[in-house]
Amino acid sequence: MLTAEKALEEILNLAAAHFKVPREKLSPDDDFFKTLGIDSLQALDLLTKLENHFHVELPDYELQGVSDFRTLASKIQLRL
Amino acid sequence: MKNFQGQTLSWSLKDGIVELALHRQPLNEIGSATLEELEKFVAALDSLSSLAHALIVHSTLKAGFCAGADLRQLYGWIQEYGQSEVARHARQYLERIHAVMSRLDSVPVTTIAAVHGVTFGGGFELALTCDLIIADKMARFCFPELRLGLVPSFGGIPRLKRDLGNAVIRDLLLTGRSFNATKAQQIGLVSQIVSEGEALRAARATAAQMAKFDRTAAASAKRFIKPVPVEELRQEIDIFCELLPRPAVQAGLKKFVESTDAQPYLP
Repeated sequence: MLTAEKALEEILNLAAAHFKVPREKLSPDDDFFKTLGIDSLQALDLLTKLENHFHVELPDYELQGVSDFRTLASKIQLRL
Repeated sequence: MKNFQGQTLSWSLKDGIVELALHRQPLNEIGSATLEELEKFVAALDSLSSLAHALIVHSTLKAGFCAGADLRQLYGWIQEYGQSEVARHARQYLERIHAVMSRLDSVPVTTIAAVHGVTFGGGFELALTCDLIIADKMARFCFPELRLGLVPSFGGIPRLKRDLGNAVIRDLLLTGRSFNATKAQQIGLVSQIVSEGEALRAARATAAQMAKFDRTAAASAKRFIKPVPVEELRQEIDIFCELLPRPAVQAGLKKFVESTDAQPYLP
């Protein structure tokens, strides 16, 4: 089973690749809206990327107010 | 008119395929300007469809297919006409857009929505008028209307009821959650999923296949398989117009329209 830490690492890698941001600039507790410079529609792109990668469904109402990678990873972990 | 270049959309006819391209920034929100050009398009459809075997609807914008109704315009109507008159104005608008959608729904050529990214609300409803939906794997679908105290109003509910099981429709509408192309294919909405950026190419390949078929047979099959749910479409307009004047809707739209947050208000 994928650990929370491994899921977090994969999320950071996916976000860096998708939004073309150097991986080393991303930290688990970053506000990804700010760090990635994205809006809510681009956040939906990230959500889709993550759902496709982890083969999970994440209802967007569960992500309301979530803006850091660590919490996002914990939400995914609950669906694996 | 075989080709048209408008402010919000354009169309062209080539090799028996009509392509309707949406290109209104920021995300093809459907307001009065788009409606007027869609009306021009359906007026041209009689002559176009006699020369074509397929119609493809797609977006040229990177962010997605279509974000749906222009909520800023809707909020503006509430302010302009007031709660007593806004429903009457909205009904006139909806009857026009339903006429467009129903014409697209029943045009006697095979229609394909090639979608990517955001395919929400009225954009989703536009895709639902098509015979086939081909989605790239980053497409995302949603009916968020209940989150603002409304129901879909461009014909989405009757067309969902025609195409899907009721439990799935309840999930889509009553939760207002968005879902990806894989889920959309699992529930029977999406015909094909393709790689990012490949939806239009796949739609063209599918349309080229249609060219091999007898047009009369294809049109007859479509007419038999896909009736326009006329009575339910009328009921949908009634329900929307009953809900629209309520203060809760105005308050929700105000928060959504005036939000400058990275995550705009959407409960």
